[in-house]
Amino acid sequence: MTPAVSFQRVSRHFGSMRAVDDVTLDIAPGEFFAMLGPSGSGKTTCLRLIAGFEQPTYGHIEIFGETAEGLPPYRRNVNTVFQDYALFPHMTVGENVAYGLMIKGMARADREVKAAAALAMVKLEGFGDRRPSQLSGGQRQRVALARALVNEPKVLLLDEPLGALDLKLREQMQEELKALQKQLGITFVFVTHDQGEALSMADRVAIFNAGRILQAGSPTDVYERPQSRFVADFVGSSNIMAPEFSAAHGGPGVWISLRPEKISVLKASDKPPVGHGSAEGLVAATHYQGSVTRIVINSGGARLTAAIPAGTSRFHEGDIVRFVWSKDSIVAMEHGE
Amino acid sequence: MRSEGAAWPLRFAAAAGLAFLHLPLALIFLYAFTTEEKSFQFPPPGYTARWFGTAWFDRPDIWPPLVLSLKVALFATLLALIFGTLAAAALARARFFGKESLSLLFILPIALPGIITGIALRSAFDIMNLPFSTWTIVLGHATFCIVVVYNNVLARFRRTSASMIEASMDLGADGFQTFRYVVLPQIASALLAGGMLAFALSFDEVIVTTFTAGQQATLPIWMLGELLRPRQRPVTNVVAIFVIAVTFIPIIFAYYLTRDGEHIAGGGK
Repeated sequence: MTPAVSFQRVSRHFGSMRAVDDVTLDIAPGEFFAMLGPSGSGKTTCLRLIAGFEQPTYGHIEIFGETAEGLPPYRRNVNTVFQDYALFPHMTVGENVAYGLMIKGMARADREVKAAAALAMVKLEGFGDRRPSQLSGGQRQRVALARALVNEPKVLLLDEPLGALDLKLREQMQEELKALQKQLGITFVFVTHDQGEALSMADRVAIFNAGRILQAGSPTDVYERPQSRFVADFVGSSNIMAPEFSAAHGGPGVWISLRPEKISVLKASDKPPVGHGSAEGLVAATHYQGSVTRIVINSGGARLTAAIPAGTSRFHEGDIVRFVWSKDSIVAMEHGE
Repeated sequence: MRSEGAAWPLRFAAAAGLAFLHLPLALIFLYAFTTEEKSFQFPPPGYTARWFGTAWFDRPDIWPPLVLSLKVALFATLLALIFGTLAAAALARARFFGKESLSLLFILPIALPGIITGIALRSAFDIMNLPFSTWTIVLGHATFCIVVVYNNVLARFRRTSASMIEASMDLGADGFQTFRYVVLPQIASALLAGGMLAFALSFDEVIVTTFTAGQQATLPIWMLGELLRPRQRPVTNVVAIFVIAVTFIPIIFAYYLTRDGEHIAGGGK
C-alpha cells in the first residue's frame, strides 16, 4: 500500500543547524501519527516539510506516492491546523471556514452550505456570523479545525493544536479529535511535546531528538520497550540505571529502564519473591501526587523512584526500605544514548 | 497625592501652552473676515465675508499653485504607498546583517532637516541634468512621505501573525490571492492612515519644495509671496483656512483609524 506520507533520508539544514537530520519515515493512510519531542527536536520542521512551508535540503518526500519537494503549499492536498490557529481576523468565522473553497472557485451558496456543515462537525453550529475575536480559545481552535477539514485534505497536519488550551478542555478535545479522525478516516499527523497526549491519541508515535527519530512505534511499544535512554526518560518517567547497577542487581550488564509503577515497596527485612530483583535503600523523599505516591530512595549512590497507589504507603523519609521488581519489567536498552 | 486632577499651577501651565499653540490659528480665521486689507490690525475695524468671493472669482493667480500642490501631493502619496509598503513588507519579517542600518536609512529623510534633503536633491538633479518640473517636487516629497507609510505599514505587519500568510497558502491561495484576500485587508487601514498623513505632509511642505521647484510655486510658496503684497491680504487667510481644512481632516481621520494602540510615527513633521 502506498504510504500517505513517506520521508526518504530527508534532511533540512538551516545554515550549520541540522533541524531535520536524515529522517526516514512512512505514515500509513488513515493513521493517527504523533511526532513527539522536546522543542527544537525537528518535529515541527518535519510537519512544515509535509505542508510545503519548508523544502528538504536533501532527501525525498512523497505524499500518496506523489513527489512533494518543489511543490508550493497551495499545490498540496494537505491542510494544517496552526499552533496559534492563524484565523483571519477581518473575516467572519463562516468566511474563514469557506476560504479554501472560495479560492478553489466554488459558488458562494455551495461553500456556505459546506462551511456550515464543517462548523456543525466541530460543534459550532450558528457561529458562522461571528468574528474570531468574539470566540474563546477552544472555539477558535475548532474553527481552525473546520477550516482545514472542509477542504477534505488527504493529510491533516496539526501543530501543537491543544497547547494553548487549559487541561480540562485539552482532555475533551483529545477525545473529540480522536473520534473525528476515526469518523473521517483522514491521516492525521500531530506534533506535540506532551507525551501523555501522544500516547493517548496516536496509533503510532515517533520520538524526535536533535533532528532525528530515535524510535517509532505504537504507544505501548515506545512506553514499554524504549530502545534508548532518551526515549525511556521522555516518554513517561523512568528509572534509568547504569550497567553496573543492573549487573549488581541480577539484571543484564547494559543500561536498563525500570518504570516507577513496576516497583513495589517492602520493609527492608522482607525477602523479595523468586524471580524478582531488589534494592535496599534509605527513603530520601516521598511525593504525594493524588492518585499515586512517589517514593525516592538512595541505594548505594543510585537514586530510584517507585510509584505506588496513594494511601497504601506506610513509609516515611529516613526509613530503610526494599524496592522489589519483577525481572520481566526490566527493559534493556540497545542504545546507551 | 491624588491621582485624578493635577495641581492648579500645572493646569494653568498646560492651558497657557495650548493657548500659545492655538491662538495664532484663531487669528488666521479672524483676519479672513477683516475689512482692513493693507495690514493686520487688532481688533479688526469691521467684519466682512467678501474675501471669500474675491478669492474665488477675482484671483486667478491662486489656482495654478493650488492645482500644482494637489498634483504633487497626490503623486508623492501614490509613490509613498507603493514603495513604503514594499519596504515594510521586505523588512517586517526578514532578519539579515545590516537590517537595522537599512531601516534607519528609510526613516532618515524625516529626521533630516528639510534643508539638507533639499540641497542634496537639488545637487543630485543638477548632476543628472534634470530640469525642475512637477516631478522633481514629487521626488523631493516622496522622500519623507515614504517614511510615513513605511512606519504605519511596518507597525501593522508586526501586529499580524506570520502564520496567517502561511494559513492562506495552506488553504490553496497563491501569492497574489494571499495578498489580495489576507494581506491587503490587514494593512488597508494602515495604508489609508499613512496615505492621508503623507498627503497632508506634502501639501504644505515649503523647505524641500523651495529647493526642488525652480520657478514653480506650490500653494505654501505662493502664500509666502502673498505676505509681501500691499493689498488684499485677507485673501491669503482665506486660502490658509482652505489649507487647514485640507490637511487637518485627513490627519483626524488617520488618528481615528489607527488609534487602537498604534502610534503614527513621523506624524509630527
